[in-house]
Amino acid sequence: MKPMGIAVIIGGCFMIQAPVWAESPSQAAMLSNTCAGCHGTNGSSAGPSMPTIAGMPETYLLETMKKFKSGERPSSIMGRLAKAYSDEEIKMMVDFFAKHPFGREKQEVDAAKVAIGKQIHNQRCKKCHMDEGRDSEDSGILAGQWKQYLQISMSDFRSGKRKMPEKMAEKVDGEGKLTPEEVEAVIHFYSSQQ
Amino acid sequence: MNRRNFIQMAGIAAGFSATSFSVLARAGEILPKKGRRVVVVGGGYGGTIVSKYIRMSDPSIEVVMIERNKTFVSCPFSNLVIGGSRDLKDNMITYDKLAEKHGIQVVYDEVTGIDVAAKQVKVGAGTISYDRLVLSPGIDFRFDELEGYDPVETPKYMPHAWKAGEQTLRLRKQLVDMADGGTVVLSVPVTPFRCPPGPYERISQIAWHLKNHKPKSKIIVLDANPDIVSKGPLFKKAWEKHYKGMIEFHASNKVTKVDHKAMSVDTGVEEVKGAVINVVPPQKAGAVAYMAGVVGEDKKWCPVNQTTFESSIVPNVHVIGDACSAGAMPKSGYSANSQAKVCALNVVQLMNGKDPIPPSHVNVCYSYVTDKEAISVSAVYKVAEGKTIAVPNSGGVSPDLSELEGVYAHSWIKNILHEMSS
Repeated sequence: MKPMGIAVIIGGCFMIQAPVWAESPSQAAMLSNTCAGCHGTNGSSAGPSMPTIAGMPETYLLETMKKFKSGERPSSIMGRLAKAYSDEEIKMMVDFFAKHPFGREKQEVDAAKVAIGKQIHNQRCKKCHMDEGRDSEDSGILAGQWKQYLQISMSDFRSGKRKMPEKMAEKVDGEGKLTPEEVEAVIHFYSSQQ
Repeated sequence: MNRRNFIQMAGIAAGFSATSFSVLARAGEILPKKGRRVVVVGGGYGGTIVSKYIRMSDPSIEVVMIERNKTFVSCPFSNLVIGGSRDLKDNMITYDKLAEKHGIQVVYDEVTGIDVAAKQVKVGAGTISYDRLVLSPGIDFRFDELEGYDPVETPKYMPHAWKAGEQTLRLRKQLVDMADGGTVVLSVPVTPFRCPPGPYERISQIAWHLKNHKPKSKIIVLDANPDIVSKGPLFKKAWEKHYKGMIEFHASNKVTKVDHKAMSVDTGVEEVKGAVINVVPPQKAGAVAYMAGVVGEDKKWCPVNQTTFESSIVPNVHVIGDACSAGAMPKSGYSANSQAKVCALNVVQLMNGKDPIPPSHVNVCYSYVTDKEAISVSAVYKVAEGKTIAVPNSGGVSPDLSELEGVYAHSWIKNILHEMSS
């Protein structure tokens, strides 16, 4: 019983001190804080069409900002904003968000779709979107990402507005092309991850 | 800490004051300072965020936020309430979680005076001392520029609805109660005013309501400016697409006189009558800015150092949001959020004896033209030679009206209100 008592006390102290990320003012914070108006404090979004960008792999975020800047990736606001930043500034913002933890909120998902989505993930996606979409070298984190954002992204990919990476195109539109229902199921699977 | 604690603490301070002259001088200090302290006045788009980001950047600095209302009602998205597609409750936040999570001391009280020499803010319950003061008071109205305008009576008959809350619901009710075939009059003041696209989003929302429920009605717009102030071509496109023949737009028609008994407004050229009249009065910095003596020569807005938001007039007092003049930035909720973060970081730098960091701002502003379709404008701002300018060759308006813009707008309000309340 004794160790448990200690654990409770430690837990209690931790709660009181509130785990808020304290960060001294820096040029990186100055550039990045203002993004939180749409992407949430430190990059964890509370709005379903805006992606969480906290904890994203640096290579992916850098590439994404470059594509927004050039117009290669379609967007509403991001292309207009990305053009305002130098490559050096983008690098600072990418580093800032990459080091913050990806915050996950509970989302409404359909259990049957999640089950189908999991199968498809295991068969086709897990080689690049590792650990249920939590880990990746050059793509974004999908686990716990907002469902509506993933739906908008997949709609852009499938309509051809946004170019799929070669390997992704092979798995999505290649042999045994995924139906819209199957894509939706995969989205439910990823957004169900906590 | 709740209000009862403050009253008890005020009581203790008063008790001490009877015994010692030196303590007597500090009588009524309701929250004695334990260390370095920033006092923030106002709990809106600017005040909440500056409080939070100071605490996030340097937890050794105390932050006391003074706000008179326990619930904040957002002006952004209040036009949808007037149009009938949103509940005003969804525009409301409280401060409990923000205060608890970041250790911000929230004082629910009215500021009655500011002594910038003694570095003290006076509230109903006593005084609160500061090392630095941040004012985010929003706007007040220049009622005196409208002949016949009674600040108490006129808004009951001709709501301005330019501070969200009771006024929003009053305008909504008047539109619902109006008979089909009625005329709605809306007047736009000269710039600068809070939310440049706001009047035109409101016209769109009123038109959306009329089109669906009172199609024989019309809207007369009397705009003091030579043209639509923001997103003009997109608003005109939306009105042509959705509300053809319903909106009569009169540019350079400044309302100078109102008569709420006759339900008429006057431009000096002609008198216009309406069943519903929404007079948006000309504006100035909120009253607290005048108490601190930080309002500029124009007697309307507060000039500030563009890097630190410190008043150009009074040292150790910073002004953010609608009340300040921030170069090319519009008076918007997102601007206030962005300015609050720049101010927070540089207040922390100054208090730690370090150089301020060059500012970087964003403004994104969505306007709904129906219940679902929206348009947007966005920009990144920097400071060059002491002036806040939009970064060239970036930003701009959405290419068109679309439901996707509306989807993004909806997530924007969720995120920004969440940021302010957690």
